[in-house]
Amino acid sequence: MPFVKSLFCRECGRHYPVEPEHVCEFCFGPLEVGYDYDAIAGAVSRERIIDGPLSMWRYQDLLPTTRECGIDMGTGFTPLTRAENLGRLLGLNCLYIKNDSTNPTFSFKDRVVSVATNKALEFGFETLACASTGNLAGAVSAHGAKSGLDTMVFFPSDLEKGKILGAAIYGATLVAVDGTYDQVNRLCSELADNHRWAFVNVNMRPFYAEGSKTLGYEVAEQLGWRAPDRCIVPAASGSLFTKIWKGLREFADLGLIGKVSTKMHLAQPEGCAPIVDAFDQDSYHVKPVRPDTVAKSLAIGNPADGFYSLKTVADSGGSALVAPEEEIVDAIQLLAETEGIFTETAGGVVISALRKIAAAGIIDPDEVVVAFVTGNGLKTQEAVERLVDPVRTEPDYEAFETALAARGSRS
Amino acid sequence: MGMTRVKFTYEQEMIKRPIIFDLGRRFEIVTNIRRADVREDMGWVILELEGEEDEIRRGLDWVVQCGVRVDPIAGDVVEG
Repeated sequence: MPFVKSLFCRECGRHYPVEPEHVCEFCFGPLEVGYDYDAIAGAVSRERIIDGPLSMWRYQDLLPTTRECGIDMGTGFTPLTRAENLGRLLGLNCLYIKNDSTNPTFSFKDRVVSVATNKALEFGFETLACASTGNLAGAVSAHGAKSGLDTMVFFPSDLEKGKILGAAIYGATLVAVDGTYDQVNRLCSELADNHRWAFVNVNMRPFYAEGSKTLGYEVAEQLGWRAPDRCIVPAASGSLFTKIWKGLREFADLGLIGKVSTKMHLAQPEGCAPIVDAFDQDSYHVKPVRPDTVAKSLAIGNPADGFYSLKTVADSGGSALVAPEEEIVDAIQLLAETEGIFTETAGGVVISALRKIAAAGIIDPDEVVVAFVTGNGLKTQEAVERLVDPVRTEPDYEAFETALAARGSRS
Repeated sequence: MGMTRVKFTYEQEMIKRPIIFDLGRRFEIVTNIRRADVREDMGWVILELEGEEDEIRRGLDWVVQCGVRVDPIAGDVVEG
């Protein structure tokens, strides 16, 4: 059984029963899952984790639900790759890539949706729902298919068909909403409040968000039970960023790793950087922006966890970094050409930010640095189409040699 | 009767305007502030609105026309 005590308000601290609710009725602050850490400390151990399944569910003592409550699609325990080639270029001797693009639907969203799905089954929901323009839609649809839950996916009707293909294939009910992004947002908030659906990132948000902690746990375990010195993490709502930090601190509090002195660095694209803007202005006020970025999976102009992300930056002594739009594709290419990892645009944002702080000379070359790659490059192929420039040749041996030589002399 | 929970975000030039007072006076809407933070350069208010659904909709349209950003309290729910 999970060691959940209650939900509590992150603002006023009021406690609530464990139900599919996300907002404090008193101050309208966001709710978070509260655990009985004394009980967890008595149960959890490195050995128990190591003996667990090779998925995110090996950490279920620290999650609000279990694999026994629902399904395990094999999400998590993704590779932590030593990035020697990229590290050499950047002057970092201990650079790692946490490659979460190898999850079942090729993004980290499988972690949060796995928790939301099993909790939805526990609560007795029959429908799983989300509003998404990409990765989340795929993860929700796949989990709906596997768990037998009906699935509803909402998206703005002007979205390109290909973007939603990763949801359609699993048999989800797709709802194209005629309206602006803001209108879709408003409608989905209303729907979540008025339908008996498990809206993964609305009424299920307290549970859903906890799934991201497993990225922090995994990195610590894969590094040999220690926290990294620095994490570079992409931010949309900011939830992932805060939960990786929470995961590392929980591990330390439970004695599974030593003291955490990890500096948390948040990365956003220039075209949607409300959290970075606030950080640059030394403010905790996150002003909503209208996204205009190639990194569509990070295009959240009004981030729910913006304030808490800024707190995490401050508490950890990290920073918030912006990736110029024109550098995102170059960074995707850099990671692919040095480490053989093809990431989506959010990964390009992370690598661009990493390059920036490495160049600033603030990282000791021997620090353990982990860059989080959260989605697969095949999802955003249109962003890198310009890189396709083959050597053209007639079907003739000599023609080929000539064409190849011509290419060689160009480069 | 309906109930809506929203977040208003103001830019600096709007801070002096009594928007919430005017909203309650111009429309049949009861406003109830739950949390707020107003600073020199901007401010936000999280509040509950109670009234007929059409009236709330018209009231919120007016608030937007005044230059206030209106969002669901949970932030953006459409994710990538």
